[in-house]
Amino acid sequence: MQRKFAFGSAIGILTVSLSFSSSVFSQTPSDEIAKYREMIADGNPSELYEAAGEDLWKKPAGPKNATLKKCDLGLGPGVVKGAAAQLPRYFKDTNKVQDLESRLMTCMQTLQGRNPKEMVDAPFQVGPKKDIEAIVAYIVTASKGEKIKVSTNHPKEKEMYELGKRAFYFQGGPMDFSCASCHGEDGKRIRLQDLPNLTTQKGATLGWGYWPAYRVSSGQFWTMQQRLNDCYRQQRFPFPIYGSDLTVALSMYMAKNANGGTVETPGLKR
Amino acid sequence: MKNKNIKSLLACASLLIAVVLPACDVMAQQQNDPKFNKMMKEGFRAEGIAGLDRIQQDETQKFCSDPVFAGSEKGQAMREKIQKINMDSIRQPSDGKYIGDWKKGEAIAQSGRGATWTDKADTPIGGGCYNCHQIDKKEISYGTIGPSLWNYGKMRGNSQELIVYTWNRINNSKAYNACSNMPRFAHFKLLNEQQIQDLMALLLDPASPVNQ
Repeated sequence: MQRKFAFGSAIGILTVSLSFSSSVFSQTPSDEIAKYREMIADGNPSELYEAAGEDLWKKPAGPKNATLKKCDLGLGPGVVKGAAAQLPRYFKDTNKVQDLESRLMTCMQTLQGRNPKEMVDAPFQVGPKKDIEAIVAYIVTASKGEKIKVSTNHPKEKEMYELGKRAFYFQGGPMDFSCASCHGEDGKRIRLQDLPNLTTQKGATLGWGYWPAYRVSSGQFWTMQQRLNDCYRQQRFPFPIYGSDLTVALSMYMAKNANGGTVETPGLKR
Repeated sequence: MKNKNIKSLLACASLLIAVVLPACDVMAQQQNDPKFNKMMKEGFRAEGIAGLDRIQQDETQKFCSDPVFAGSEKGQAMREKIQKINMDSIRQPSDGKYIGDWKKGEAIAQSGRGATWTDKADTPIGGGCYNCHQIDKKEISYGTIGPSLWNYGKMRGNSQELIVYTWNRINNSKAYNACSNMPRFAHFKLLNEQQIQDLMALLLDPASPVNQ
C-alpha cells in the first residue's frame, strides 16, 4: 500500500517535471526541431532508397551484366556491414584514398563496365546518380550504430587529411567564405539552423555521423557528396566536381575528426 | 679598401636579414603546396555565374585561410597591412548621405539570396544580415555568427564618428578586423551605395524598429 503510494507520487512528480520542462525548455527553436524530428523518426523515407539500393547492388547490370556483390569497400569483397564507418580509406588497387561514392564508381566501372564520367556529370537525383544514391542509402544503413573508425595510418590517408584540413580553411568567392566561416566555432547558428563545429570530435560526429540523410525540406535522400556540393553553392564557390580529391579530402577531414562517434546514417534532416 | 668593401657587404647582409626575415615568416604561413593547388584546381568547374575566378584568392583571403598564423603574434604586421589595404578601398558616400530608408534596409537585411551558381547575374543580392545577426527583435529567426545589433543606434548614439565607423564596417569589415567573418559588401559589389545607406538607417535611424 505504502509502496503503491510512493510509486504513484513518483509518477506524479515525473509528470509534473516533464510537463514543466517541456513548457519551459521547448521554447528554443532547436528544441522544436528536435521534437519534429522525433515525431517523424519512425518512418525515415530513406528506407525506400535503401530497398532500391539493395536491389541495385544484387542485380546484374551494366555492359558486363554483373552485380556489385564483389565490390570491395575496404573490408573485403562484398562486405557491406560496417563498411561506411571506415571510409574514406586508402585502396591499393586504385592507389587512392576514396570515399564511399568515388569507391562505388570504381566498382561500377571495374565490375559492371559502366563509365564513371557519366556518373560524375549527371545531375543529382537523376539517371546514374540516382542509382548511386540508392546504393549509398543501402550501404550506410548497414553501418548504423557502428563506431566511426577512419584510419590515417597510410601516408596517403594522412596526406588526404592534411589536404582536407587546408581546404576546410580555404577562403574564396565574393563573400570570403570557407567551410570554417560557419563550421569552425561552437554554438553558432545561421538563422535558426544550428551549425556543428566540424573541427571538434563532437561537432564532426553531428555532421559526418548524420549524413547521408533524408532531407525533409527537399523530400530527397542526400549523399555526403550532395551535402558538400550544396555547402559550396552557399559559399558562393564554383561547382565542386563529384568524387574529386577535394571532396574526398574534406570528407577525410570530417570523418577522422569524428572518430569514436556513432554512425547515425541515414539521418533525418530539416 | 678591401676591408671597407667587406664592411659594407656585412652591413648590407645584416640589413637584408632584418628586412627579408620577417617577410620570410609571412611567406612561411601558407607554403605554396603544389599538391594542394592541383587538388583545388581540379576540384571545381565553372557553373552559371560562379566562375573559376572565384577560387583565385586575393591577399586577404590567402592570409585568412591560415587562421593559426593569421591570429598569431607573428601575423600581427600582416594583419595590419591587410586592414590598411581594406580601409584604403572604402569610399564615403558620393552624395554625402549616410542614412537612407530603414524599411528598405530591413528588406535587404532579410534577403540572403544571390551570387550562387543557381542565381542569375541579375538576381538581386541580399545583405543576408539576419543569417548572422540579431537585428530587429521581432524577427526571431536570426543567426549568431555575428554580434546582436538590437538597439544599435540607441545604445551608441549618432556621433559622426560612429556613423563613419558603421559605414566603413558594412562596406568592408576587414578594415577593422583582417579576418572578420563578414563579407566585404562594397569591395565585391554585393551591395550598392544606396542599399548600404538603407542598412545604415536600419541600424541608426531613431525611427527604425531596431532602436525602439
